[in-house]
Amino acid sequence: MTRFAMVVDLRRCVGCQTCTAACKHANATPPGVQWRRVLDIESGEFPDVRRSFLPMACMHCDEPPCEEVCPTTATKKRSDGLVSIDYELCIGCANCVMACPYDARSIVHEAKFAYGDKPIASEAIRFDPDRINVSTKCTFCIDRIDLAHETGQIPGVDPDVTPACVNSCISGAMQFGDLDDPDSNVLRLLSETQHFRMHEELGTGPGVYYVWDRA
Amino acid sequence: MKIRRVTNSDRMMPRAQTNWDWRAAANFVFGGSGGGLLFFAALATLAGAGFIAPGVIGLALIATGLTCVWFEIGRPFRALNVYLHPSSSWMTREATVATVLFACGFASLWFQATALILLTGLLGLAFVYSQARILSTNKGIPAWRHRRCLPLVVSTGLTEGAGLLAVLLLWQSGVPIVPFALLLLALVVVRYLAWRAYLDGLSSDGAPAGSLAVLGAMRDRFLLFGHAAPALLIAIGLTGFASLAWAAAFAGVAVVATGWQLKYTLVRRAAFNQGLSLQHLPVRGAGAPGPALKPGWPGTPGQKV
Repeated sequence: MTRFAMVVDLRRCVGCQTCTAACKHANATPPGVQWRRVLDIESGEFPDVRRSFLPMACMHCDEPPCEEVCPTTATKKRSDGLVSIDYELCIGCANCVMACPYDARSIVHEAKFAYGDKPIASEAIRFDPDRINVSTKCTFCIDRIDLAHETGQIPGVDPDVTPACVNSCISGAMQFGDLDDPDSNVLRLLSETQHFRMHEELGTGPGVYYVWDRA
Repeated sequence: MKIRRVTNSDRMMPRAQTNWDWRAAANFVFGGSGGGLLFFAALATLAGAGFIAPGVIGLALIATGLTCVWFEIGRPFRALNVYLHPSSSWMTREATVATVLFACGFASLWFQATALILLTGLLGLAFVYSQARILSTNKGIPAWRHRRCLPLVVSTGLTEGAGLLAVLLLWQSGVPIVPFALLLLALVVVRYLAWRAYLDGLSSDGAPAGSLAVLGAMRDRFLLFGHAAPALLIAIGLTGFASLAWAAAFAGVAVVATGWQLKYTLVRRAAFNQGLSLQHLPVRGAGAPGPALKPGWPGTPGQKV
């Protein structure tokens, strides 16, 4: 079996937003839509203050609440743990948006471009009308993962088959791999650290782990 | 370390949902009333009441709600895909129940057969329940997924249905009004208990501050106009100081109007999402880890001040 997951080392993240930019570049998301975002959090009270960064995206849950509520079966969880959306089936009812406790999904109702109504050249090439009026979210760069089946490369190890955000991370804060592979980098990192999964109490079984301290 | 302020991270706070607008709310508003009306209208036929007027109005209300939501979905011409996931989606089940309901409802109006009418009533009840489950299965909205939300939505749908029937009974003679008024009074009490239990449950189990504020703001108004006034009207009617039929009808108008306001508020204004949280703030360098952070939830660290 395969269970792809992401491990985010919060100790390493510097909030540079390179992953955010890499995601937008890789997936051509329109203005206002971020499948990957990094929150910049200031907490505490002067002089005892703290700044933290929280990379967020779809958690590709074990028990995706979005899949349960989807009336069209457009949202599906694959055997490798990735949660995908079939844009041809989705009716844009937004039930999945309501079901997701991670604020990971977006619906765009009209084409939006960076500079007004008309797309610039790169936007015109990559604009996908199938993504209008349907639910969209982070796919873990599903095309790259699927490419691994053809090339024999290993997601999380070989950049060609690894999510763009992970490839781009300048501090090595993001790791991607197969939790069922005993030699995977993600399993090794989890065994060496203390970590948590967000909103785990809701029973979603998120596929993104956050490292906060050494073991 | 006391965490009393979270800045530059509004995305972390629970935010009011923006994807379901008044059209989605209308589906719950009209659908719940329509389903409740069909249920009680079917039961009332056993006491000699006619079914045609409440049947037509009940079906029309449900159709209006579904039409509204059809205009809301992003890809309306693919709407038939809604039937594809009956194994777990309550939206699919609602659509399926609605389809059978309309077939059965039109047949019952045409043939006036008792069995068909009663089946239509049961399907109306199933429609109300399906709608309540649509809300309760949405884990991203704490105010909806609370276990006491479902009984509240079902109870208000049924109470509204009885309220509408109370108005329609003004045009029907020969129907015993006293037991029906007592039934409406009982439903008003049940809805109030469900509402109180829901609010208490949200407060004790935790919910986004925004949801608690919106629901708390309508608390007194809902008690006064949705429960106290209708109960008083029915009591006056029962004691003979006024026509019981008219008293029940006015009470019905009050419970319907306040029920609609409740559902609109629940869907549009009180539906704050989960927000994000950190169970531990990470270690930085040689420092120590920080405490948990869950802004926007009363009683939890990191609430915005």
